[in-house]
Amino acid sequence: MKAIYKRELAAYFTSPIGYIFMAVYLALSGAVFVFTTLYSASSNTGMYFMLMIFLYIILIPLLTMKLLSEERKLKTEQILLTSPISLFEMVFAKFLAAFTLFSGTFVIGCLEFGVLYLYSDSVNTASMVSGALGVLFLGGAFIAIGLFVSSLTENQLVSAILSIFSIFVMLAMGLVSQSIEFAPLRILVKWLSVFDRYSDFSYGLFSLGAIFYYVSIIVAFLFLTVRIYEKRRWE
Amino acid sequence: MVELSNVTKTYGTKAAVKDVSFRIKKGEIVGFLGPNGAGKTTTMNILTGYLSATSGTAKIDGEDILESPIAAKKKIGFLPETPPLYLDMTVREYLNFVYELKECTLPREKHLEDICSVVGIKDVYNRVIKNLSKGYKQRVGIAQALVGNPPVLIFDEPTVGLDPKQIIDIRNLIKSLGKEHTVILSTHILPEVQAVCDHIIIINKGQIVADQRAENIADIISGSSKILAKICGPAEAVLRTLRNMPEVTFADFAPQTLSDDSVAYIIQSSPNVDIRKPLFHLLCEKNWPLVGLESAGVGLEDIFINLVDGRYQSKKEVNANESNI
Repeated sequence: MKAIYKRELAAYFTSPIGYIFMAVYLALSGAVFVFTTLYSASSNTGMYFMLMIFLYIILIPLLTMKLLSEERKLKTEQILLTSPISLFEMVFAKFLAAFTLFSGTFVIGCLEFGVLYLYSDSVNTASMVSGALGVLFLGGAFIAIGLFVSSLTENQLVSAILSIFSIFVMLAMGLVSQSIEFAPLRILVKWLSVFDRYSDFSYGLFSLGAIFYYVSIIVAFLFLTVRIYEKRRWE
Repeated sequence: MVELSNVTKTYGTKAAVKDVSFRIKKGEIVGFLGPNGAGKTTTMNILTGYLSATSGTAKIDGEDILESPIAAKKKIGFLPETPPLYLDMTVREYLNFVYELKECTLPREKHLEDICSVVGIKDVYNRVIKNLSKGYKQRVGIAQALVGNPPVLIFDEPTVGLDPKQIIDIRNLIKSLGKEHTVILSTHILPEVQAVCDHIIIINKGQIVADQRAENIADIISGSSKILAKICGPAEAVLRTLRNMPEVTFADFAPQTLSDDSVAYIIQSSPNVDIRKPLFHLLCEKNWPLVGLESAGVGLEDIFINLVDGRYQSKKEVNANESNI
């Protein structure tokens, strides 16, 4: 498992994709930070996290689009699938590699918050940390979804577009739920919505329920990915 | 060492392999032979756990590939049809990756160095794989299979797309690997199995048509003897005379262009009859010089076509021979 993790992480930087991801992420993060805090004379990072989450619709698929689809296309997956490792190890190693690059870049992006301490003495560190934690879990959930989608196709572009769409739907569910009249459905959609869960974090609440929810999404999609491989083997 | 029992694999309604069973003993080099689309790759993919059989079992050294996949996979080195190479890596990085992937415990530096010298890739060890020639890529693919020194090596069409010198090199390599490993290689090239294998399994349309030791397989068809004779003389008359000889079951022009004024003929006699002497006397009598005589023998080609077609078709066989020359 360690071998796949290491190779996958290194592969981000032998191809331009890792650099592109980091550059785009940090540039956007910088811009969002400047507009949501410095320009609006606020030391509240809630808005920064909120906007970044919407940018993940585009950013996360950059990381996940090739994870499994490329291996399938180039037939390199054969060495992984015939090696003495379990399918879950293979899938989890790929997830971890993408998550490492994502969280690393995320942390670098958060270094910008240091500036706030220079200009304001009312910085709410606790809400900043809980917000950041929430974003990491949410990013993990998106990565698991992207990874699952990339197991469905051998075309990276299709994988990217499908992931963008899926993540968008996951995010939009919370907004849509308010206009659903039929109560049980509204509650269900609201319950499933990734975004609603996040709001607790943004208020500085460390919600175990929400963490459980995100971890469940991650586990569910990793499991589905494993199932895709099992199913394909039997076809 | 390797045991396949009643394996069937269906894709939708089409069966790629039907009820295939065979056993391979330790230390054998086994040729898995069949035309394209016969089910060779499917069988190999089932053996290595890449695909699961619809029914039946595959066991490697007693370990069932489905029930204890990790233990079974540890015993296999597999080179798929397309070598699974990460093109952006150097050979060194790639082999180190495979070493860690297979959770090897052998001393790393020495083990990888030994493999590189066996397959002859020491001089490209630090080069990026995508820049290597096809022959070298294939060798890196074989090197990958050798990591961890697994007792069973499975090579799917290892010589496809290589030039003649590379083909000979790879065959010699496989032969030398066969001294310490059980090797299964698939191919549709007949001379390849003849050159390398101890044991031959022939598959066609998803079913096994022959499973024999290499030297025994010639007995599958009745030992019909076939010779190639180069004779000077009026071609049509010579052929007619040949066909009228007792014991000759078949005679025709051999598809060969000769530089002198002789013509080549394929002559087939009844089983276990040596017609060379009567042929010589007959030609002397007619004053048609015999300038060349060689036994066309019973090649694997004959057996193969015979088995695959299910009946003996001499005419077709001659043509097939030609296309294989």
